[in-house]
Amino acid sequence: MKKRKWANLKESAIRAFFLTCGILAVLVLIGIFATLLATAVPAFKEIRLSEFLLKKNWDPTSPEKAEYGLLSMIVSTLMVTGGALLLAVPIGIGVAAYLSDVAHWRVREIVKPIVEILAAIPSVVVGFLGIVLFGPAIAKIFHTGNGLNALNGSILLAIMSLPTIISISEDSLNAVPQAYGEASLALGASRWQTLFRVKVPAALSGIIAACMLGMGRAIGETMTVLMVTGNARAFPHGFLGSVRTMTANIAIELGEVPYYTTHYYALFAIGLVLFVMTFIVNLAADVILRRYQEREQ
Amino acid sequence: MKKITVIAIATLALLSSILLAAPAKKMIQVKGSDTMVNLVQILAEEYMGKTPGAAIAVLGGGSGTGITGLINQTCDVANSSREWKPKEIDQAWEKGIKPRFFVTAVDGLSIVVNEKNPIEQLTVAQVGALYRGEVKNWKAFGGSGMAVSLYGRQSNSGTYVFMQEFVLGNKNYSADMKEMNGNAQIIESILQDEGAVGYVGVGYLYDQTGKIRAGLKIITISKEPNGTGYLPTDKAAVDSGNYPISRPLYMATNGKPKTDVAQFLAWVSGPEGQAIVEREGFFAIGPAHIAQNDKNLK
Repeated sequence: MKKRKWANLKESAIRAFFLTCGILAVLVLIGIFATLLATAVPAFKEIRLSEFLLKKNWDPTSPEKAEYGLLSMIVSTLMVTGGALLLAVPIGIGVAAYLSDVAHWRVREIVKPIVEILAAIPSVVVGFLGIVLFGPAIAKIFHTGNGLNALNGSILLAIMSLPTIISISEDSLNAVPQAYGEASLALGASRWQTLFRVKVPAALSGIIAACMLGMGRAIGETMTVLMVTGNARAFPHGFLGSVRTMTANIAIELGEVPYYTTHYYALFAIGLVLFVMTFIVNLAADVILRRYQEREQ
Repeated sequence: MKKITVIAIATLALLSSILLAAPAKKMIQVKGSDTMVNLVQILAEEYMGKTPGAAIAVLGGGSGTGITGLINQTCDVANSSREWKPKEIDQAWEKGIKPRFFVTAVDGLSIVVNEKNPIEQLTVAQVGALYRGEVKNWKAFGGSGMAVSLYGRQSNSGTYVFMQEFVLGNKNYSADMKEMNGNAQIIESILQDEGAVGYVGVGYLYDQTGKIRAGLKIITISKEPNGTGYLPTDKAAVDSGNYPISRPLYMATNGKPKTDVAQFLAWVSGPEGQAIVEREGFFAIGPAHIAQNDKNLK
């Protein structure tokens, strides 16, 4: 009897513990969002929202006239992220298809953990590679004099988002019912046709979700981009020009900004814009994944 | 069960008594200018080697970071490669901080280009025009037809602010200037980029053997067009003010420095400290600055 009671007590204690953990995660998210919102809103007492989102010049410490135009940085962020996806998506899907359908199981057992280790490399180290390896290479190939540009940032972010894209794409390719592939092969389709006309379309929603999660990773990355894009404030001149992303700007300016000034609030407003962007991307990925799982059932 | 509790409490009591009894070793926290961080770190190391019991931690982060640190009382000494702005002094007084300033060294801010650039001399106004983005090609100054590639510091840097005030005439930097993390990163970029121009403290021009870094060219600066140009590495020119872009480097404390801080600052301003300043590529301070330091120590 006593033992039973003890077991029940333990059971409810464990349940309470997990409930607290769950609630805590939600509370932290709400807390972050509320803080961000509360610290960002005062910025708009002095900055017009239209100016903030549509003007190109950002120079809060200017001795002439402080300017708070975010457009250049929004475009820079989208450019670097878009470039990263352009590079990472084809490679990522290719590797995932290879691992799930072509590779010998022994090769797969070796390659997949290696891909996942790639995700564990600290971003500073990736940035360092960009400075000493990709930067000089880009400067030489395109005769740009320096490699501090959006292309360099895109290459590094592509490397950093590859593990996410490969790992989730491969999982969703593996989740395609075997009958699909067998039916296709039985109808006389080649392995290549089966892979790219049957399996990849069947796993498409999973693959799209993988790419969006990879994109979420790329948008929010700070250190790597800060190290290799040169951080010029001008509106981007193209992939071979220096750009400054929103994350890099926050990292550069937050250290020295006097607290509770318009500049300080404006940096949090940038954080809010970034939060909204990553939230939309993650939400879209989640919706697509869910739709896909429902269809599977 | 009870036994465990007793043991646990006893251990805790023992641990806390040890922690409380241990003499709290007081670290002097120094924070600020990236231009000064290497110099002050070496000064601190030499000082600690000679003074038993002294403990000094030196951090970079930029002059703005150090000044904010002193105002928010997260450090004991703020390094800055520029004077404090009146706004910052007001902020400090509002919080009950009464900053006192000590001049540590004198820095000649040097304008550097890649050695393949044929330009030898510029006026202060020409450098300003480059950094305001008004001149986009080296041809305008008689150079090759290479596009100008601007390198500078980030806005938390005292060097950034000093350049903006003294050379750009309080005008905006060109938005095309690449904003780098520190002096060393600017130097590395200039070594690669043939159209580059950058500004760095003189201490960063030298390699470990004390020679000027290979691949760099230091521009001689004149006040007037066709005037005599001077190099920032020329001590006499910096001392006499003939080299136009020079500046004192400051350390600031809250009010009269405490004994351990005061001893360190006195040593830095004395012959031993100043010898290290010179060895590290900066210039020693003159009698006027020494007098100012002595006055502020009391």
